[in-house]
Amino acid sequence: MEPASHGLRESATFDRATIHAIQRAAETGIYDIRGWGAKRRLPHFDDLLLLGASMSRYPLEGYRERCDTDVVLGTRHAKHPLRLSTPVTIAGMSFGALSAQAKEALGRGASEAGTSTTTGDGGMTPEERGHSKHLVYQYLPSRYGMNPDDLRAADAIEVVLGQGAKPGGGGMLLGQKITERVAGMRTLPVGIDQRSACRHPDWTGPDDLAIKILELREITDWEKPIYVKVGATRTYYDVKLAVHAGADVVVVDGMQGGTAATQDVFIEHVGIPTLAALPQAVRALQELGVHREVQLIVSGGIRGGADMAKALALGADAVAIGTAALIALGDNHPKYDAEYRRLGSAAGYFDDYQDGRDPAGISTQDEELAARLDPVDAGRRLANFLRVMTMEAQTLARACGKAHLLHLEPEDLVALTIESAAMARVPLAGTNWIPGAGL
Amino acid sequence: MATLIDLVETPVRELNQALHTPGGADVWRILNPRGAHAVACGIREGLAVDIEGHVGYYCAGMNQRATVTVHGNAGTGVAENMMSGTVRVRGNASQSAGATGHGGLLAIDGDASARCGISMKGVDIVVGGDVGHMSAFMGQAGRLVVCGDAGDALGDSLYEARIYVRGSVKSLGADCVEKEMRDEHLAELAELLKAAERDEDPADFRRYGSARTLYHFKVDNLTAY
Ligand SMILES: Cc1cc2nc3c(=O)[nH]c(=O)nc-3n(C[C@H](O)[C@H](O)[C@H](O)COP(=O)(O)O)c2cc1C
Repeated sequence: MEPASHGLRESATFDRATIHAIQRAAETGIYDIRGWGAKRRLPHFDDLLLLGASMSRYPLEGYRERCDTDVVLGTRHAKHPLRLSTPVTIAGMSFGALSAQAKEALGRGASEAGTSTTTGDGGMTPEERGHSKHLVYQYLPSRYGMNPDDLRAADAIEVVLGQGAKPGGGGMLLGQKITERVAGMRTLPVGIDQRSACRHPDWTGPDDLAIKILELREITDWEKPIYVKVGATRTYYDVKLAVHAGADVVVVDGMQGGTAATQDVFIEHVGIPTLAALPQAVRALQELGVHREVQLIVSGGIRGGADMAKALALGADAVAIGTAALIALGDNHPKYDAEYRRLGSAAGYFDDYQDGRDPAGISTQDEELAARLDPVDAGRRLANFLRVMTMEAQTLARACGKAHLLHLEPEDLVALTIESAAMARVPLAGTNWIPGAGL
Repeated sequence: MATLIDLVETPVRELNQALHTPGGADVWRILNPRGAHAVACGIREGLAVDIEGHVGYYCAGMNQRATVTVHGNAGTGVAENMMSGTVRVRGNASQSAGATGHGGLLAIDGDASARCGISMKGVDIVVGGDVGHMSAFMGQAGRLVVCGDAGDALGDSLYEARIYVRGSVKSLGADCVEKEMRDEHLAELAELLKAAERDEDPADFRRYGSARTLYHFKVDNLTAY
C-alpha cells in the first residue's frame, strides 16, 4: 500500500532523498560524487514567456518568411572568427569523462548542424578534431595534454576559469576511467583517482589573465578567437573583468550546468541560476559598450528551442549545451532501463557519469560499453536535435516578428513569477512591474 | 651572424611572427626587451635566440625545439608548458617557472620564486639557487633539481615527478617524502647538472618523491584533501 494513502506524511525537510543521503554518508564515510547538474528546482527559462505579435507588432509567415540563424563569434580581435549556422554550440566535455565514440559523435552532430564543439579537461583527440568542423580547445588549470600543436589546430581557444556546476572547484576523474589512453594523454599513472587543480598554475587574477590571453594570441598569431568561461557567481564583475582582460567571447555557465564528476553538495549549493546570471552579463557588456562586439554564450540547463529563444531575447549571442547533447546521443534512454537499475539507478535518473559503467557507452572508458555507441548514428541524433532546437527557436522568433534569432529582445518577454521577473528584469506577466527595477 | 631585433623599434608581435615564419634565420639576438611579455613564445623550430635583458611574463612559452637564453631576469611563467628544446635564464626567475612543461630543459642560473615547476608534466628544471614555496605542486612527471634551498610545501600533492634538492627544505607538502638516492638517481642527476652547465656534486643532493597515498580518494585521507 502507498504510505500516503493511509495518512503517512513525508517530511518536506527530511524527504526520502535527504534521508537516503544521510544514511549513505553514515555507511560510507565519503561524500557523494556524481555527474549531471543541480537537481533542485530553480528559477529558470520556464518562468518566462514570449509575448508574440499582436496589434502593435506583426508576425512573420511561418515557413515562408526568413528567420535567419547564423552567428559569428570572436569578431573583436581574432583574424578568423567562428561562423556558425545556428546559435547553439556543444559545451566542453572531456575525453576521459566521455568515451572517444561520444566525443566523435558530438563532433559529427555539431558539424552536420553547422556549429562548434569543444574539447575538455583531458586534451584534444584526433577523433574529435577530425570530425569537428569548428573545434574550440579548452585551456584549463590542469593543462592536461596542452600543447601548442593542438592550440594551432583549434578554431578557437576557451580559457576556463570555472563551471556552473562547481564554481571554485577543480576537476576529478575517478580511477576506473583512467585507462591507459586517458592516462597517457594526461601524463598520469593508470587507475589513480585524478584530481585537477581549481586555479591556473601560472596566473592569478584579471591583470595576469590579460597577459595570459596576450601570450595565447602571440603563440597562435592572433588568428583564433579567445573565449573566457566562468561559472555563474559574481557574473556582473566577472564579465567586466573578462572583457578588460581581452576576451573575444565570454561564456557564462549557470549552476544548473552539467558535470562529469563533482560532489553533490557542490553542485547543489554553489553558484547562481542561469536566469540570474544572464542579465548581469548583458548589463556588464552594455555598460562597457561591447554588447554584441564581445559575444556572450550562455549555458546551464538549456533544453530546447524555447530556452534558446529566451536566452537570446535576454541578450545572449548563443547558448551551449552539455547534458541535452548527451541525452540526444542516447544518455538515459529507456532501452537501458534494466541495466540502469542493476547499477542502482533508472532511465531518467542516471547521473553516475563518474562511475564509468554507463550502459549507453557515453560516460565510460570501458571498451565494450563504449562500442555500443555508434558515432555515426549518435551524431545524426544530435544533429536532428540541434535542427529541432533551431526550428523551435525560429518558430518563436517569427511569432515575435523577428527576421533573425538575434533580433529577439527583452521586450518580447514577460515573467511568470516575481523571482524570475526580478532576476530577468522583465515585467511580471500582465503588469508593468519589474521588481527591483531602478534600484 | 645573428639576426638582430631591437624591441625599442620592433613590436613583440612582429618579432614573434618572424620567429614563427618557417624558413627564417636560425640565430637571433634580441635587444632591449625591457620587461616585455610573451617574448619568443610559441617557437616551433630549432632556432637559437639570445635575449639581452630582462623579460616579463611567459617568455619562451610553449617552446618547441628552440634554445632560448635570457641574459637577465625572467618574469612569471618563463617557459610555461614548454614541450622541448632548452630555455636558459642567466638571472633569476619569478613565479611558476616552467609551469606544466611537458619536455625539454629549463635551466635557471639564479633563484626561482614560488611554484617553480608547478604541475610539471615531463620537463626537466635545474635551478642554480633557491626555489620558493609550493614548488613542483602536483608535479606529474619530469625532474626538478634545486642547487640551493627549497621553500615551504615542496612537492605538495606530487604525482610522479622527481625532486632533487642540495640545500635545506623548509617543509614538504602533503604526500611528498624523502626517498633513497640510488645509483640510477645519482646518474640522472649528474646528467641534468651537466646539461645545465653546473658543477655541483650529485652526492650532495637528497631526493624527494610522492608517497602515493593520495592516489585514491579514501576517508582516511580526509585531512590531506
Ligand atoms: C560529462 C560532462 C563533462 C564535462 N566536462 C567539462 C570540461 O571538461 N570542461 C568544462 O569547462 N566543462 C565541462 N562540463 C560542463 C559543460 O561544459 C557545460 O558547462 C555544462 O554541461 C552546461 O550545462 P548543461 O549540461 O545543463 O547543458 C562537462 C559537463 C558534462 C555533462
